[in-house]
Amino acid sequence: MTEQNISLTIDGQAVTVPKETTILEAARSVGIDIPTLCWAENLTPVNVCRLCVVEADNSKALVPACSRACDAGSNIETNNERVTKNRRMVLELLDSANDLSQSEELQDLMANYEADSSRYSDNLAAHDEPKVEDDLFIRAYDRCVLCYKCVQACGEEAQFTFAIAIANRGFDARVSTEHDIPLPESACVYCGNCIGVCPTNALQFKTEFDLRSAANWRPEDQEVTETICSYCGVGCTLELHTQDNEIVKVTSPADHSVTSGHLCVKGRFGWEYVQAPVYRPPSAIQTDAAVDD
Amino acid sequence: MPDLKYTLSEPDEEEKRLVQALTQNAQVPIRGDRVAFGGVRRAKNLRNLLLPGLHALQNAKGWISPGGLNHLAETLRVPAAEAFGVASFYDLFTLEEPAYAGPLHHVCVDPSCGVAGAEARIKALQAQGKAVHEGPCLGQCDRAPAYFVQARSSEPVDMTALDNSKQAFDTSLSGKLLRRFGKVDPSDLRSYLDNGGYRAFETALSIGGAAVISRITEAGLTGRGGAAFPTGVKWNAVAAHEAYEKHIVVNADESEPGTFKDRMILEMDPFALIEAMTIAAVSTGSTKGWIYVRGEYATAERRLQSALNEVQRSGLLGHNIRGTDHSFDIQIRQGAGAYICGEETALFNSIEGFRGEPRSKPPFPTESGLFRSPTIVNNPETLINVLEILEAGVDEFRASGTNDSPGTKLFCVSGDIGTPGLYEAEFGTPLRRLLEAADIPAEEVYAVLLGGAAGRFLNSSAIDMPLSFEGAKAYNATLGSGAVMVFSNRVDLTKVVTRLGKFFKDESCGQCVPCRVGTQRQHEVLLQIGDSTPTRRQRDLLDDLSIVMGDASICGLGHTAASAVQSAIDQGLIWSET
Repeated sequence: MTEQNISLTIDGQAVTVPKETTILEAARSVGIDIPTLCWAENLTPVNVCRLCVVEADNSKALVPACSRACDAGSNIETNNERVTKNRRMVLELLDSANDLSQSEELQDLMANYEADSSRYSDNLAAHDEPKVEDDLFIRAYDRCVLCYKCVQACGEEAQFTFAIAIANRGFDARVSTEHDIPLPESACVYCGNCIGVCPTNALQFKTEFDLRSAANWRPEDQEVTETICSYCGVGCTLELHTQDNEIVKVTSPADHSVTSGHLCVKGRFGWEYVQAPVYRPPSAIQTDAAVDD
Repeated sequence: MPDLKYTLSEPDEEEKRLVQALTQNAQVPIRGDRVAFGGVRRAKNLRNLLLPGLHALQNAKGWISPGGLNHLAETLRVPAAEAFGVASFYDLFTLEEPAYAGPLHHVCVDPSCGVAGAEARIKALQAQGKAVHEGPCLGQCDRAPAYFVQARSSEPVDMTALDNSKQAFDTSLSGKLLRRFGKVDPSDLRSYLDNGGYRAFETALSIGGAAVISRITEAGLTGRGGAAFPTGVKWNAVAAHEAYEKHIVVNADESEPGTFKDRMILEMDPFALIEAMTIAAVSTGSTKGWIYVRGEYATAERRLQSALNEVQRSGLLGHNIRGTDHSFDIQIRQGAGAYICGEETALFNSIEGFRGEPRSKPPFPTESGLFRSPTIVNNPETLINVLEILEAGVDEFRASGTNDSPGTKLFCVSGDIGTPGLYEAEFGTPLRRLLEAADIPAEEVYAVLLGGAAGRFLNSSAIDMPLSFEGAKAYNATLGSGAVMVFSNRVDLTKVVTRLGKFFKDESCGQCVPCRVGTQRQHEVLLQIGDSTPTRRQRDLLDDLSIVMGDASICGLGHTAASAVQSAIDQGLIWSET
């Protein structure tokens, strides 16, 4: 099997990995972390965010660690000055164009890399109004960083529905249905797998959106309860996020063997009945006296 | 197989007819080793007809209606959202019914046309009540200021069709690649054959593919599209593959501002291109050929199509060419206004009916290219050189040029002084001599933009630079596509540089963050600075943007999006007081 393995150097460490291993996987296998945004463990890498770029001695430009396979004998630097500078710039550019306030991960990264988007004085952020088209979820594209994850999850990577794609070009590129028609008129089947993969909260449950609008979204007071979906026999694991004893959103772990993080409309949104007031038909009401009899 | 859902918008009869005409006799490309004769799989494999279909709808109606797009997408089994994503990617497609029913005039405002009076032309057209779109370079810099007319119910018209009296080419320095220009009738195969046409093809058949490739390698032929990659290496890699289907793709999506050589080859010498492609095919065992012509080259496309029809009728293409075992056929694809589609992997996506977004490399095209099969992508000028090598021989070919850059090169000279046009010169010719040939007095030269928007500015001290790959490198420049834009000190270079910033902003595909946001921010900073002196903060920002676009972008567009701006600053051509 040795011929199937290759050796390379990452940040001075000798690493031996199976052929076709990506630089990201190789680095993480030896405890070196590389930040990612458009990468997800349940999706094929599209290497568009360029946050994971690293320096490889056999490439003039930096290479995306998430998708580039390791080359035998190459020397990779994941955290030198050049790499750090580029990551800081990527973060600054994103922050200059998008509202990233609801992504804790990106906020942390920006602090770590000392990204300062205030120097973009003519700050032309995307000013898209949130699209509120139904009672299940909303799309706020001013937070969208075009990581392509929702398009992937809607298409060949999970749902095979193809309700959304990237439209237009350059800075005007947006995730869109055909002719930007509202979701209820589109091919969307409301599986919500796009929400599950969105890294910036551009896509969020209507429940979360309403609570945030009412300034009552309190993640610190929320509980997550794991359960199995009761609708069919597949046995999808659900994570019920509850606040004040009410379900506010439903997710599934991306590393779960049954779901890979993806659900259907019933598991994702079909929980209203759980918190509906219990309905008791009058005929079934028994008095205590009757029970005693 | 997904159950695709479409909207209820209906096509009209004309749109139905157009889509039916598109698909009824279509050849089905092979994916992997499966041939699809019918059913949904056949329809899905016809996705590469999406771009031609969008053209048909646009040309017929002046816009692409929701009903037409819906019908086309459903026929080709392309998801509706994806079809919309593809259509909205291209400049030449209109997805909302235009308020103005007349033709749309695309006027080039890039450097050479900008300094030749594009603004005046726009005003004149607007005064006539015409709809005007200020757009990127149209590859007609020899007749600047150029425009291109997109009309309803007719095919688009470029300036060559309007004024064909003047084809500006010059062979005073060298006349090898251009020797058929003006001598061979581009509409008559007989005339091409009488002038030595298909002799190189006969040679290729008699010596065999391996010998052809080794001659090309010995001749030291490198790609003339800008990257200067050794052609023999590409051909060898594809020849070595045992794939079921291999492709020869000609990248005639010439969109680099200031470049028009490939357009002139297509217009003046289309048979030579077809012959050279056939040589590439028989030498590497490839069976499918594609010529991707930029959408704005209307005349070039028509001439090429008529030349291709003639060659197909003559039996020099198709099954068992001239009774040999070789089979090869060519299809033409038209771009639709997207500079990025000149990037080879974006070009594949465009042909396949996807958005013209570059793919991640590796894998390289020779491994996994068009339809994920091994593919050779060559520039038209590169292929014309193959005829030269096979006809004149390797020694004769290497007798011109320098040791590291053998042969001759086509240069597209334009700008505000001298005689713009296509000039052929041996590699190593000093820039001064090229400019003399174009009647440009050396003392009037203030700046030269070499290699187009993706190239670099030089100041007048570079006037004796040898025009070879190594010569340009010594000046930290690149020959690129062969665009030589020359500006006198009467030109407002800050304006030119700002326009280049807008060019990249407009042409970025939007896939990766550094380029999508970086080109936008770069243009904003350039606009802010204008004619004033940039502050330290603005200069730092430009430099940082240059770093992240150059280092972290996916493709060459992002990598070079700051090079013209940065070189103009470095050479002291703009904001010289900083």
